[in-house]
Amino acid sequence: MSTDPGAPPTDDPGLGGQDGGLYMLLLYVVSVGFALVISAGLVAVSGNAWGSVAGALAEGAFLAPGRWGETLAVATPILLVSLGMVVGVRAGFFNIGQEGQLLMGALAMALIGTRVAGTGPLLLVGGLALGAVAGGLYAGVAALMRFRRGVPEVISTLLLVFVAFQIVGFAITTDWFLRDLDPNRPSQAVTSAALPGSVRLPVLTVWGNEVTIGFFLALLGAGLAAFVLTRTVFGFKLRMLGSNPRVAQQAGVSFGRAGATALFISGAAAGLAGALMLAAGASSARLTAGFSNEIGWQGLLVALLARNRPLLCIPVAILFAALRTGSGFLAATGVDRTVVDVVQALLVLALLVPPAVEFMRDRRRVSIAAQVTEPV
Amino acid sequence: MNDILGALGDIFTSPAMYGSAVRLGVFLAFAALGELVAEKAGTINISVEGSLLAGALGGTMAYDLSGSPVLGLAAGAVAGATVAMVAANMSHRLTADQFVVGITVNVLVLGLAGFLDATVGPLGGRAGVVTIPLLSRIPVIGQALFSQTWPTYLLYGLIPLTWWLLYRTRWGLEVRSAGENPQAADVSGVDVNGRRRQAIYYGGVLSGLGGAFLILGQVGSFDVGVVGGRGFIAIAAVYFGGWTLRGTLIGALLFGMADAFRLAVPVLGYQVNAQLLAALPYLLTLVVMYFITKRFVQPAALARPFVRGLR
Repeated sequence: MSTDPGAPPTDDPGLGGQDGGLYMLLLYVVSVGFALVISAGLVAVSGNAWGSVAGALAEGAFLAPGRWGETLAVATPILLVSLGMVVGVRAGFFNIGQEGQLLMGALAMALIGTRVAGTGPLLLVGGLALGAVAGGLYAGVAALMRFRRGVPEVISTLLLVFVAFQIVGFAITTDWFLRDLDPNRPSQAVTSAALPGSVRLPVLTVWGNEVTIGFFLALLGAGLAAFVLTRTVFGFKLRMLGSNPRVAQQAGVSFGRAGATALFISGAAAGLAGALMLAAGASSARLTAGFSNEIGWQGLLVALLARNRPLLCIPVAILFAALRTGSGFLAATGVDRTVVDVVQALLVLALLVPPAVEFMRDRRRVSIAAQVTEPV
Repeated sequence: MNDILGALGDIFTSPAMYGSAVRLGVFLAFAALGELVAEKAGTINISVEGSLLAGALGGTMAYDLSGSPVLGLAAGAVAGATVAMVAANMSHRLTADQFVVGITVNVLVLGLAGFLDATVGPLGGRAGVVTIPLLSRIPVIGQALFSQTWPTYLLYGLIPLTWWLLYRTRWGLEVRSAGENPQAADVSGVDVNGRRRQAIYYGGVLSGLGGAFLILGQVGSFDVGVVGGRGFIAIAAVYFGGWTLRGTLIGALLFGMADAFRLAVPVLGYQVNAQLLAALPYLLTLVVMYFITKRFVQPAALARPFVRGLR
């Protein structure tokens, strides 16, 4: 990524531009402000007061009883997905099929949880592990296509999402696979059987809010990702591959092997996210057709907004989760909840601008300096 | 086994199959033609997906307001171009990563479309069918190619136009040089990023038209999932075609046919696993890309950003 912080020297002394810091700050304020103004404009156009919308969002995300626990529960898979995205992007690979990899992880979890006999905790751990492997292997299909035949993973991973939807659809409508065979099923909807209680994640109750331990797992994952990327040889290899593949290959990093590993990890994170969602009881702990519920897309955006820094993903994931859970309270204000999707994408787009402008300024400064010092 | 062959025979000889194959193929071809130009300029323009959806939404809204399919198509083109402008300027003026920009723009359009669809209410409309005399009497393919809703015929004009632009104008030469060797092009005075932006604009207009065509010429009502990743199938069609105009069109038709096959099978009364059928266009695209992608013919600077002085 050309705009990745760390690649270009940002504050180069001696090349002028002392006002750089203030200028950048202003740029950030202006672009975020611009995104917020457009969002407020959308709300205003649909004939509503944006103040009440913001109030409803805050109410739904944190203030109403039990809501911040819900927000953290939603943040968990989003954070995990974004961590996988970070690892992939740092290595220079754009896996945008998290939605599908997440479904594969949930499918594996459902299979283990409802179709295998065994003790609860063992099944839970096994299901989570297998979920991660399933997600990783699903991304591995894209890796195979990329490193064998040069098919860009941006395209293949996305196409695989649509295949994954159909695989899940097949699984939950097929008796021998995952379909709920219980004759006194509460609803006619086609789903898998619910995960038995013993295979669910333990839940802590803190000040009237239910917090799954999955959230702490995800926090741990963020720390781990940050550590591996910045403090280990493996992480260094990945980052080198991402910032300059040619140099990385000359230094002995295998493009195929390291790249496939990065893609596998990014898929595995999404798969684990899906398995965790199911084990934490999302959609009544049943695998359904719309189970992924755009969590994969959210995680992708979080990684982009957090500029591929694992620890920064934590607050951003909570922010995005808050917007999501908050949007559940929007019905009362008359604004459609999809306004949240627009706000999220606008924020990401707005925050792409300042680093790009900074990069351009640096380039210009360098080229001016080169013209001055170069003998004619 | 004989049953299957018989069924396939039935399906592939039914005129309905070819009619819808052409309709779906035309939709893909609009987007793929534009994407071809963008990729010739050296940029994988992921925002086609967004342009298609914006075109579909803009086209339907304009049609609903004015009742004129011509205005609908024009509005679709404008909407598609607007999306392309955002993507092009972010990635080839500001040099933000083209994939990051493309993904974000797609999500933004998806969100906007969802919001507008829910706020404005259900939208829809169709253009009339025009049958070209004589030509439509050609057996098997005549009906399919020359008895369609009229926006289809726009494509028949856009194909030679795109060819002429790419291979017979100075602009086209500069676009191709920006995709093959941007450093050399830059030294010879070509505005590399300018050409890339313009190529994306062209792609945006065509995708917008394609999106509007999808609603006005084919589906008849707007839905957020109406494009459903087919922008990416259009990109795959360009890969399939080895970055040639002819191959790209064949790719678009082939993938359109897979889509049509999916629709034709249940209509003709054959029982095939519904999920397998729904996944078929995507699976076929993946398999075809695996076997057909020819790296050695792709524009040499494809997906490489150009910044003067940096390689």
